[in-house]
Amino acid sequence: MIQGVQIELISADRLSNLTSMEKIRTILDSVMLGNIVVLERGLTPDEQSKLVEVTMMEIRPGGFSGIEMETYPGKEAESGGIFSRIFGGKRPQGRMTVIGPAGQLKMLKIERDRLVAWASLTGR
Amino acid sequence: MSMFGRAKQRLSKFFQMLFRRQRSRIGIYGPPNAGKTTLANRIVRDCSGDAIGPVSEIPHETRRARRREDVVITGANGNTLVLDIVDTPGVTTKIDYHEFLEYGLEQDEAISRAREATEGVAEAMHWLREDIHGVIYVMDSTLDPFMQVNIMMVGIIESRNLPVVIVANKTDLPDAAPSRIKSAFPQHPVISVSGLEGTNMTELYDLMTEHFG
Repeated sequence: MIQGVQIELISADRLSNLTSMEKIRTILDSVMLGNIVVLERGLTPDEQSKLVEVTMMEIRPGGFSGIEMETYPGKEAESGGIFSRIFGGKRPQGRMTVIGPAGQLKMLKIERDRLVAWASLTGR
Repeated sequence: MSMFGRAKQRLSKFFQMLFRRQRSRIGIYGPPNAGKTTLANRIVRDCSGDAIGPVSEIPHETRRARRREDVVITGANGNTLVLDIVDTPGVTTKIDYHEFLEYGLEQDEAISRAREATEGVAEAMHWLREDIHGVIYVMDSTLDPFMQVNIMMVGIIESRNLPVVIVANKTDLPDAAPSRIKSAFPQHPVISVSGLEGTNMTELYDLMTEHFG
């Protein structure tokens, strides 16, 4: 039997039609099944904060142990702030984000505009 | 006391309650083991002679937010500020009790620690959205500042327009490189500090009175 990791790419269009909690449930339900989720456009800071909060509530000793989440820092972290002055005070669109089960997804390289991720077939 | 005196006293209390300025509640946030509680203890000890909580090399020693009220911060500039300081559990997206076993904890103790830590992190994130007026964000200056949790947390703090002072902590360690934190977050005030040794604390208090006042 061929073993592998399911990778789910979710388009910005699909996410934009969901409420914040629906987005978080969509992501977490998939990650809790062992999938790697790639969001074409990431979550807002508020949604990220809620994602962490809900993730914590889902952690079970010996079971789901949380998520690994990475977004490349981009220009925002380098210069004018996350909602930087270069955006004229406007919120920039979220950046592509990779989310996977903790212990199964590891980031090998995080650069300004490039992420290199490694996924194992099994968790801990 | 005359009727007039009592009425005057009641009226005075009423106006005091009506116009009393709410104290700012300042959250100390950061990833696990960045030295948040050591720093919180240092601030509270300097300002009130007390401590806020125990510290440990095992991650998630702080599993519940701890609040110390009426902490009087005085900067070298003479400015004074009364704050509530909230020391929070280290923010993370994952908690695995196996990690605690490596520090010699028994399985039951490790599981219990993990359970409490998850609740504490959830609570800290909730507080950040609802109850915090300013943030001291603590980073370990021996580590890469571009850790996802730092990028995410600074983004959340900015999106809520909360005043923030970033502390590049653990400058007493030989491989500390606070300049990396300064260049990673040039849009915010960054101060190099050793919470353990208490270096540069006066400069931190100056920044706090400036940004949280």
